[in-house]
Amino acid sequence: MSDKGNTAYWSATLGLLTKILIVWFVVSFGAGILFADALNSFHLGGYPLGFWFAQQGSIYVFIVLIFYYAKKMGDIDRQFDVEEK
Amino acid sequence: MDLQTTIYIGVGLSFALYIGIAIWARAGSTSEFYAAGGSVHPVTNGMATAADWMSAASFISMAGLISNMGYGGGLFLMGWTGGYVLLAMLLAPYLRKFGKFTVPQFIGDRFYSKTASTVAVVCLLVASITYIIGQMTGVGVAFSRFLGVSSEVGIYVGMGIVFLYAVFGGMKGITYTQVAQYIVLILAYTVPAIFISLQLTGNALPQLGLGSNMIGTDMSLLAKLDLVVTDLGFGKYTTTTAGSTLNMFMYTLSLMIGTAGLPHVIMRFFTVPSVKDARSSAGWALVFIAILYTTAPAVAAMAKLNLHGTVNTAVMKGGDLYAPEASIKADERPDWMKRWEKTGLLKFEDKNGDGRIQYYNDKTKSADAKAKADAAGWKGNELTVNADIIVLANPEIALLPNWVIALVAAGGLAAALSTAAGLLMAISSAVSHDLIKNTFVPGISEKNELLAGKISMAVAIVIAGWLGLNPPGFAAGTVALAFGIAASSLFPAIMMGIFSKKMNKEGAIAGMLAGLFVTLFYVFAHKGIFFVKGTEFVDLIGGPNSFFGITPEAFGAVGAAVNFIAAFLVDKVTKEPPEHIQHMVEAVRIPRGSKLVDGTH
Repeated sequence: MSDKGNTAYWSATLGLLTKILIVWFVVSFGAGILFADALNSFHLGGYPLGFWFAQQGSIYVFIVLIFYYAKKMGDIDRQFDVEEK
Repeated sequence: MDLQTTIYIGVGLSFALYIGIAIWARAGSTSEFYAAGGSVHPVTNGMATAADWMSAASFISMAGLISNMGYGGGLFLMGWTGGYVLLAMLLAPYLRKFGKFTVPQFIGDRFYSKTASTVAVVCLLVASITYIIGQMTGVGVAFSRFLGVSSEVGIYVGMGIVFLYAVFGGMKGITYTQVAQYIVLILAYTVPAIFISLQLTGNALPQLGLGSNMIGTDMSLLAKLDLVVTDLGFGKYTTTTAGSTLNMFMYTLSLMIGTAGLPHVIMRFFTVPSVKDARSSAGWALVFIAILYTTAPAVAAMAKLNLHGTVNTAVMKGGDLYAPEASIKADERPDWMKRWEKTGLLKFEDKNGDGRIQYYNDKTKSADAKAKADAAGWKGNELTVNADIIVLANPEIALLPNWVIALVAAGGLAAALSTAAGLLMAISSAVSHDLIKNTFVPGISEKNELLAGKISMAVAIVIAGWLGLNPPGFAAGTVALAFGIAASSLFPAIMMGIFSKKMNKEGAIAGMLAGLFVTLFYVFAHKGIFFVKGTEFVDLIGGPNSFFGITPEAFGAVGAAVNFIAAFLVDKVTKEPPEHIQHMVEAVRIPRGSKLVDGTH
């Protein structure tokens, strides 16, 4: 594979990582910590929302993020023809 | 059948199961020992990884700490799961492509330096031994209750059993034993939680129960808990943060990057069949971990409510918590309290001599709570409950059947033993293989290499057990220190090794040493040099938590930043890595061409 193809593959990978890390940060450090107090004025059932993000919600989002990453990386691998054979 | 016998039978059966599976699986072929992962489905592999990962800290200690801390305890939940996102995206697929067995091997090859590899071994040893101290604390709690002895004796017994378990060894590598351990452990955790959630809220799923109303009322469980604890002078459960927002932020970040930097977790991803599987197996591992981690906050809150409800009858019935007859009479206290008193981890002292147990926050800042306590003639809190016993005592507090209590004892031991054994394996391979064979005595015979491994395991157990007698904190807190150490030393070096082609050996070594040094300095200042009691030098750094109020457990994130900065600066003034290393980094980044792991071990 050409150097140019390598560079394009790597920047596509980094683009995906950046997107996912933003969501990762927003649900845990954002909703779970920095804005937890503000979110606590909303409720999800008996849960104050900020508390829910810190003790429940962020974990569910993390799982979705990893599977989304695995799927999207598979797509990128095929697009640049670097998947395992 | 009495409780003690049921516990012996439960624990005995679980051990028989693991050993049985180990023997059955080994009968096939011993050469598949390390390749086992290669033929295992990612879902099965995820389950085994989850068993490996969830230790005494997760199982025994974490919910107790959350119970104490309230909302702030969420840092353990987010930290120890969010790290898997980093691990899956930043490290696992690339380390799998690289195709070696241990972290020091990767560091040594990528940074073309035996010195770098040796520094990585040192970082690995410090992090792993600290981790085992936390495990030994947890093992001590589990055995003390299980055998009805003091927690010191519990630790001695635990040291012996961990040693036998680790030396028996082979079991550890067999994926199906770990699958069995996962099943025992997760049942032990969730079954009592389901019972208790049903009792309190009528909702069988603890994850939903925690957000439901108390049975027969229209008040939510969390609102009820907030009401009770604030009335007794404690902080509000759903909002009390861990120190400060900044500290909670840094603590969470330390645990996350530490998760991605701990060698015994990373090792699991070296042996999956392909790069593709490395990506998804982190996801499956997290699914199985999340079952426990989303149950833990329910266990924490419900145990707290039940504990208050046990010693103060007004908690469940309603009415004045400070009424004299609300506190239970000491000689009518439930049997489980007497059982735990034997371990020394639960203490009752009748300070006002009224023959009743008053459990409240006597150092409260709430003037209202203080006035009520004074008016009621309370002369100080009379009940101390060690946070590490909450999970194990939880089914007893809720008066669940004996077989559930036995199941929890078996689960706690499974969690502690499997992780301790995993860490000891990482320590022994680092010492015997990475340090002795690859660096100091290349000509060592295989037999002596094995012996060196066993000796290093024994030494690690003795050190960890001795320090575990006077632990630097609760099991989960001590383990958090280990994560901080891994976060500040190993994670940045591995990450830069993949994401920066130009990072050179001088930069990586300087980074690891700077990160490790600054973190240990801050931790030892609070907890004593090498965690030896009496050698703290916290005044030297200007008092406890003097760095912006950050606790030593949360300092790993600062250490990691120091690591990145030191590496970057040194890299700028030294020459760039050789051409072939830069090509190697490019090759590691693309999945094609991955081979089965070939590193000798």
